[in-house]
Amino acid sequence: MCLAVPMEIKKITDNWAVVEYEGNRQEVRLDVIDYQPEVGDYVIIHAGFAIHRIDEEEAKESLRYWKEIMANADEASQ
Amino acid sequence: MKHLSEYRDKDLAQKLISAIWARSKKPIHLMEVCGTHTVAIFRHGIRGVLPTNIQLISGPGCPVCVTATEEIDRAIKLARYPEVIVATFGDLIRVPGSDSSLQQERAMGRVIRLVYSSFDALKTAQENPNKKVIFLAIGFETTAPAIAATVLEAQRLGVENFFILSAHKLLPPALTALLNFGDLNIHGFIYPGHVTTVIGTAAYEQVAQTYHLPGVVCGFEPVDILETVLLLVEQIEKGQARVEIQYKRGATAEGNLKALAVLNQVFVPCDAPWRGLGLIPNSGLTLRAEYRAFAAEDQFDLQVPPAKDYPGCACGEVLRGVKTPLQCKLFGTVCLPDSPIGPCMVSTEGTCAAYYKYRD
Repeated sequence: MCLAVPMEIKKITDNWAVVEYEGNRQEVRLDVIDYQPEVGDYVIIHAGFAIHRIDEEEAKESLRYWKEIMANADEASQ
Repeated sequence: MKHLSEYRDKDLAQKLISAIWARSKKPIHLMEVCGTHTVAIFRHGIRGVLPTNIQLISGPGCPVCVTATEEIDRAIKLARYPEVIVATFGDLIRVPGSDSSLQQERAMGRVIRLVYSSFDALKTAQENPNKKVIFLAIGFETTAPAIAATVLEAQRLGVENFFILSAHKLLPPALTALLNFGDLNIHGFIYPGHVTTVIGTAAYEQVAQTYHLPGVVCGFEPVDILETVLLLVEQIEKGQARVEIQYKRGATAEGNLKALAVLNQVFVPCDAPWRGLGLIPNSGLTLRAEYRAFAAEDQFDLQVPPAKDYPGCACGEVLRGVKTPLQCKLFGTVCLPDSPIGPCMVSTEGTCAAYYKYRD
């Protein structure tokens, strides 16, 4: 029920945005999003509303963290 | 599939699994309180790759499943008013009430529309000015701000035939109720990513301090879940009880302040009935005085007889995490996805439906 997916903003008109995920487009509301997004931003969509703008730096940071885990695991196994 | 595929990396998942095996010594029970996690854990076969000393338990994380029978009975009563169109999220229509379900009512000619968004329900009201459109407002804190925003928009547009029947539930009071039952044996929480997107982590900090239980806010991909388990294992092995966010791309410690402001502008907490947990103080949401014109319960007589639950249905214990579906006599015998008896078999995110779909 709290299923929500990251989608890319393609167009913004007032409180509406067109978002896309794997070629599927839909219109969503921007009433409750935490930070006003721009075209090209990824946002998390739930029940027709954008609820979060994904911070690219945060996302990259956690991926870097995982890559470190992998490197450490490789060292430990050698 | 940006922000998704990188969290499905097999090599990374394997490394995380190895790390969990290497570090986990104590027998531990971890509870997830989100139906989307319940399904993701099954779909990705997470239980099968963890050491046997780590048990994953499902809690009351599915809003459809925790909707009380009396709330379903009230929705059915509403659907029977001839001037009413009921608009609802899909899963809810199959949940059995005391004597009927919304699906059965629809088969008898009541007008029940399935919608993806509360805004679709508002649109239905605009398109049917001679009808009264009632949206069944269920969901946790993830969903409530969207519905609050819909009420504000209805007010702005002057739509007078749109109403909601609020059966929203708030997660933190349920966590406290669950822990205060005293029969739950868990060592840490896998916290729901998208509830946290809205509410942040303050409530979990209280749980960590009061009950000395660690918790990690988790995303929904395999790597997210494995990393969360690893973070919890590390804390538990060290005797720590902290709150961490694994799902950093989707949630922050402070939450979504704008969504919370909209939610609090329209709704105020109220006592609410939960299936399996009973009445929990301040665990629901009702419309504030300024927005009562949209309250279905103020427009219609919604008195219903005391609710009846099917004898032997263990959904209550399943929702509290003290029984698995396999311990329910009805599971897989008379209670099946095509003919569900309890709500946990109805919703695709229900624990029983997930156990049934992914059974051996």
